[in-house]
Amino acid sequence: MANKPFAITLKPGTSLANLTGSWRSSRPVYLNRLPPCNNACPAGENIQGWLFHAESGDYEQAWRVLVRDNPLPSVMGRVCYHPCETSCNRGQLDEAVGINSVERFLGDEAIKRGWKFDAPAASTGKKVLVVGAGPSGLSAAYHLARMGHQVEIQEAGPLAGGMMRFGIPKYRLPRDVLDAEVQRILDLGVTLKLNTKVENIEQSMQLGAFDAAFLAVGAHIGKRAMIPAGDASHIVDAVSVLRSMEGEDKPMLGRKVVVYGGGNTAIDVARTVKRMGGEPLIVYRRTRDRAPAHDFEIEEALQEGVMIKWLSTIKQAEAGEITVERMELDDKGFPQPTGEFEKLEADSVVLALGQDVDLSLLQGVPGLDVKDGVVQVTPDMMTGFPGIFAGGDMVPSERTVTVGVGHGKKAARNIDAWLRGITYVPEPKHEIATFDKLNPWYYSDADKTVRPMLDIIRRQTSFDEVQGGLDETNALFEARRCLSCGNCFECDNCYGVCPDNAVIKLGPGKGFEFNYDYCKGCGICEAECPCGSIKMVPEDI
Amino acid sequence: MSFQPVKFYQTGTYTVGNRLLAPDARSVQAGELRSNSINSGHRACQGCGEALGARYAIDAAMAESNNQLIAVNATGCLEVFSTPYPESSWQVPWIHSLFGNAPAVATGVAAAMKVKGKNNVRVVAQGGDGGTTDIGFGCLSGMFERNDDVLYICYDNEAYMNTGVQRSSATPPTARTATTMPVGPEPGNVFGQGKNVPEIAMAHGIPYVATATVADLRDLEYKVRKAMKMHGARYIQIFVPCPLGWGSASHDTIRLARLAKETGMFPVFEAEHGEVTGVLKIRNKQPIEDYLKPQKRFAHLFGKHAHPEMVAHLQAIADRNIRKYGLLDEEKAHG
Ligand SMILES: Cc1cc2nc3c(=O)[nH]c(=O)nc-3n(C[C@H](O)[C@H](O)[C@H](O)COP(=O)(O)OP(=O)(O)OC[C@H]3O[C@@H](n4cnc5c(N)ncnc54)[C@H](O)[C@@H]3O)c2cc1C
Ligand SMILES: Cc1ncc(C[n+]2csc(CCOP(=O)(O)OP(=O)(O)O)c2C)c(N)n1
Ligand code: SF4
Ligand code: SF4
Ligand SMILES: [Mg+2]
Repeated sequence: MANKPFAITLKPGTSLANLTGSWRSSRPVYLNRLPPCNNACPAGENIQGWLFHAESGDYEQAWRVLVRDNPLPSVMGRVCYHPCETSCNRGQLDEAVGINSVERFLGDEAIKRGWKFDAPAASTGKKVLVVGAGPSGLSAAYHLARMGHQVEIQEAGPLAGGMMRFGIPKYRLPRDVLDAEVQRILDLGVTLKLNTKVENIEQSMQLGAFDAAFLAVGAHIGKRAMIPAGDASHIVDAVSVLRSMEGEDKPMLGRKVVVYGGGNTAIDVARTVKRMGGEPLIVYRRTRDRAPAHDFEIEEALQEGVMIKWLSTIKQAEAGEITVERMELDDKGFPQPTGEFEKLEADSVVLALGQDVDLSLLQGVPGLDVKDGVVQVTPDMMTGFPGIFAGGDMVPSERTVTVGVGHGKKAARNIDAWLRGITYVPEPKHEIATFDKLNPWYYSDADKTVRPMLDIIRRQTSFDEVQGGLDETNALFEARRCLSCGNCFECDNCYGVCPDNAVIKLGPGKGFEFNYDYCKGCGICEAECPCGSIKMVPEDI
Repeated sequence: MSFQPVKFYQTGTYTVGNRLLAPDARSVQAGELRSNSINSGHRACQGCGEALGARYAIDAAMAESNNQLIAVNATGCLEVFSTPYPESSWQVPWIHSLFGNAPAVATGVAAAMKVKGKNNVRVVAQGGDGGTTDIGFGCLSGMFERNDDVLYICYDNEAYMNTGVQRSSATPPTARTATTMPVGPEPGNVFGQGKNVPEIAMAHGIPYVATATVADLRDLEYKVRKAMKMHGARYIQIFVPCPLGWGSASHDTIRLARLAKETGMFPVFEAEHGEVTGVLKIRNKQPIEDYLKPQKRFAHLFGKHAHPEMVAHLQAIADRNIRKYGLLDEEKAHG
């Protein structure tokens, strides 16, 4: 004491001796929340996860993360109705992230650069039969092959793709894109037998000694409507028309073509007719806002000169003309007849009233449950017959390519488990990163990038692709619009805003840790985390 | 021109860091090697804006001066919570003398460094709003007038917090403090000019005057770094919410600072030699209520015995700031 300067009796110390973490009544924890886009994707893609890599320009890694769930990104980037974007949190800020356009960019980039899937796992020695090479069958084959199973696809048609080839027109999905993505799946060692219609599933399974089967035969039988028709009237169904577009003999429909129905198929037929030089007229019994077709498709058809007669039903078809009745919506929104008729020129009538499933291959299979014309499956995609699974348009579903792909993936996981004699237990879903969990202040203003559209004359006269893609610069920009909902993207905010230095930065790619010795539990980090990746939880006191 | 946020992609420069930004475009606070001038274990309340603002500012000053920095501290929360004898949180050479003399002490330290030929050693003085706008005001004005080579930083939490929330000349009208109780026909602090020290500093014609908040880190760092590049008397007033004195939630500290700026209540600008040279624009203008309601010190303005006329008066003050400093972009001002 005597040696110390005046009034100084203690050695200087550091405040680190004072563990202020003891003041805390709740603690921050890092967590991952489920981004709404991922939650909405019918194929269960980890969208935020692959955008993360695209944001840094690592497109190959982005593509690899994407194809863990969906082997068809180039197709998706063209035909998927992107429910992910509908639920994207950025939509509440300015406009949804153009997820679908970045997906297409990645898919096209993969084709351009010749990226291949990772090699399959070691062979399991099990054989699986996939019936139908539409999106659902292809997806199941892909996932099963990657898990190490031997897969054979038997396809009735002359080419793979299902409705992606024989339904969706070229101007929305160029065939070289489809071919490239199908080929990449076959390159995994999947056998594809074309022109092989399965007539009896049990027989086919026995014949090839298959251990399990996945059925995805789609819905291909055009629904008929009872229209009184004269002998000379020309009535065909939409699916046949679109299918014949892929063959040598293009359909003969005449000049004035009436398309009956208000779904996407009706729109596709009408736009196809327009491109062949015809004059399409869509007749639909309800109004535009009640039509099942997506509004953007209706809009694109109208732009191209497709005529639409809303609130009308066809009463009679004769050679060269039809009679329509005007309808009125009642207070429940159902169309009711008015007794007012009108005659319209029509060289042919194309029925686009939906499709039924051809279930003949299932005849005699015990235990099957068919309701409303579709095969019932358990939540793990198995039919009533053990070992036979089914998905896509032939089971109760929304009937989209993406739903089909999702079914294929889910079925593959369950088939894999079934073959191993176990049950597949999906990982529990994280809580959803809803908009209120975000701090949107931090996201800078950046408007959505609009994809270029083909000029109108070429849209009316050729089958060239209507919607263009993004290039590298705007794909990067678009990817970086992602808010990274619910998943840390290393913005350093928590590390910066803590008044107590109680956040430890672990370095690039490693994230952060809390130092609970000093964290007082103020909650600023949680409040200022842009993406909702921190949660305050009460301490047990 | 004022700090220009990098407006691109995901978050631009609104966040502390950003893995996509070039390392030299990141903030000092994003760095793993920031000096952490006030270390953990300090005794500031949960969510203290002053502790945060001081680390932001002094870390930036350290970075700009190559760690050749001496900090002088007035009495106040910052001094008390950081340095209870014999412990200290400070990781910079630091000196405390009295409540009202920090500018004078800093002048002395700067002179001493000059005499010793240590021209590379820079001096920062810091204090609360009470220490700055009231009791230390004479010393401060002298320091300005002599253009001493000191950066003075005022951490403005709008009252004497350390002694139990008494009114200072920086306390806003209507606010409840221990000495401006919400009683009578005009409850809380009176309407009046208070003391606008940034403008008074500008009137001294000193090289640099700026305001900043803990909600705009990049702007704050830019201003501290800019000030440290200059010599002579410089003044920065940083808006630092105080959860205890304002009756706000500890997690709302940054949000309230952001709202103070976005409502126009606290204009964020910079000035050189007495002339305003840049303002930080309002991004999304908010009504004054959004700023007032989360704070108990304004609770008497709302509820059963509300005082809408006083709220309107505060709104008028915010609007005048917006007009005076041009805080809104043209289109936003008319839109
Ligand atoms: C005109 C049109 C446009 C569409 N546009 C879109 C769109 O833009 N976006 C979207 O998401 N969805 C769209 N759809 C829906 C989408 O195409 C289907 O939901 C999807 O293709 C269903 O996939 P799937 O694998 O279940 O069946 P499918 O694609 O129908 O494939 C079934 C396959 O099984 C084969 N098959 C049938 N029976 C047998 C058998 N017994 N043996 C062997 N093989 C058999 C078929 O030949 C076919 O290749 C559209 C549909 C149509 C008709
Ligand atoms: C000459 C003198 N008078 C009064 C005090 C008591 N005192 C210590 S800190 C303080 C208030 C500080 O207020 P402010 O400067 O605003 O800093 P804050 O605590 O709010 O950060 C007072 C009055 C003192 N230390 N010295
Ligand atoms: S902002 Fe990104 S993570 Fe969030 S919903 Fe949109 S795409 Fe998904
Ligand atoms: S009273 Fe206010 S300024 Fe003082 S330590 Fe607490 S929060 Fe910070
Ligand atoms: Mg104060």
